[in-house]
Amino acid sequence: MTSPAELRYSKEHEWVRVQGDRAVIGITAHAANELGDVVFVDLPQVGATLTQFAVFGAVESVKAVSDLFSPISGSVLARNEALSTAPESINADPYGSGWLLEIQLGDPAELSLLLDAAGYDQLTA
Amino acid sequence: MRRTALFEEHLNLGARMVDFAGWEMPVQYAGVIEEHRAVRASVGVFDLGHMGEIWVRGPHAGAALDRALVSLPSALNPGRAQYSIAVNESGGMIDDLLVYRVADEEWLVVANASNAERVAALLAQRIGTTANVSDESASTAMIAVQGPQSGDLVASLFDAKEADAVRALRNYACRSGEVLIGGTRIPLLVARTGYTGEDGFEFYLPADRAVPLWRALLTPGTSGSPAPQPIGLGARDTLRLEAGMPLFGNELREELTPFDVGLGRVVKFNKGEGVVGDAALTARAAAGARAGRALVGLKITGRGIARHGYEVHQPDGGLIGHITSGTHSPTLGYPIALADLDASASPYPVGEPLDVLIRGERVAAVVTGVPFVPKGSIGTARA
Repeated sequence: MTSPAELRYSKEHEWVRVQGDRAVIGITAHAANELGDVVFVDLPQVGATLTQFAVFGAVESVKAVSDLFSPISGSVLARNEALSTAPESINADPYGSGWLLEIQLGDPAELSLLLDAAGYDQLTA
Repeated sequence: MRRTALFEEHLNLGARMVDFAGWEMPVQYAGVIEEHRAVRASVGVFDLGHMGEIWVRGPHAGAALDRALVSLPSALNPGRAQYSIAVNESGGMIDDLLVYRVADEEWLVVANASNAERVAALLAQRIGTTANVSDESASTAMIAVQGPQSGDLVASLFDAKEADAVRALRNYACRSGEVLIGGTRIPLLVARTGYTGEDGFEFYLPADRAVPLWRALLTPGTSGSPAPQPIGLGARDTLRLEAGMPLFGNELREELTPFDVGLGRVVKFNKGEGVVGDAALTARAAAGARAGRALVGLKITGRGIARHGYEVHQPDGGLIGHITSGTHSPTLGYPIALADLDASASPYPVGEPLDVLIRGERVAAVVTGVPFVPKGSIGTARA
């Protein structure tokens, strides 16, 4: 599986798509596949503050619950409300309609602590 | 880690393998929800080679089992099965079991994988020389076929006369038989039992014949029926939970007696001397069927999935117990759970609102009847 080259990745299997001073985050295809059928996502409210590498929510498959770790610090601008009725988007389209949060970046320098696609693919190979 | 005779088959089918009670087992193939729905709508095939098969044979085998277990295996007619439980002297549950009377002087005790060795040792110790106890788990394969179309699939393996007899098997009935697959004769025991809340069958056979039977079961039918799907342990768990069936290690624990989880009906009394746990269970029965404890079904009406170990509270009140199993129900489309509650203050009737603590937050739930999904309700509706 080759991960999209334009994204950055955490070792906890979240991705970041930076757009200026904002970023969209989600979980990787690898993570979605490992989880199996996602049936519920627990996300923070708009305005909540995320800290890089800290837990910000949870994703539940039929079998288990997994913590979500923020790949980057920032404050929540929007959450993917469609996931409350269609959590399976995370399995079907993890880098697209399965996105989790849009955030205002707290410290763009933190991006240097993330992996590029090649590095992430090596991690999950 | 131990492997069943079908290990390579699972790898070839693209299964995700996990450690389950020391066994490397398939947790899913196509996905838990898809597999779950296949069993409710048509038919699925399960490798249960990790389960324990312990034979007890001899003229006194029935009486010996009556003393070793809480039920009355001696009362079974040949070709019939019963649900049973092994307890310790205090009445605490060691494992739940299926007991088949295969022939006049031959019983088969099927134990959970995690307890198989303990149950085999316990039966050997409790039965001693009264009967012959033989742990044949390692050489025995177990394959389940479950779902509303399981009868057609299973019957297709047998010759016409035998197929009729297999179709005519009642619930909890079994018969010894033989199938011929690709020139290989496979002697087996076929039983109308299962753990999914659907019609279904379970096969017990020599482990070295498991592959041809497994492959024959997964071969698409000729009449345009959907190909039977292999089903992993993930869907096995969601299926049994929808059916309200207890799982050892979750609902059933050694700290609890059968009466604490609503299984008092399994316990038989007045069986004579030397019945393990008889005195403790007699006292417990006298205290009332479910005195002090209740195992209840919950529908989670708020947001989140209640998982094993989560706390259950009175609405705006104190801790009353814990979730024993919980999942998203693929059939119902909402989260369900079983909870072990301290019921000394209330029996928690259906409709009672409760709270479950999910990641530190109170989430609303309501006591609901079990089974969550009544037997055959899906397949019958679509048939």
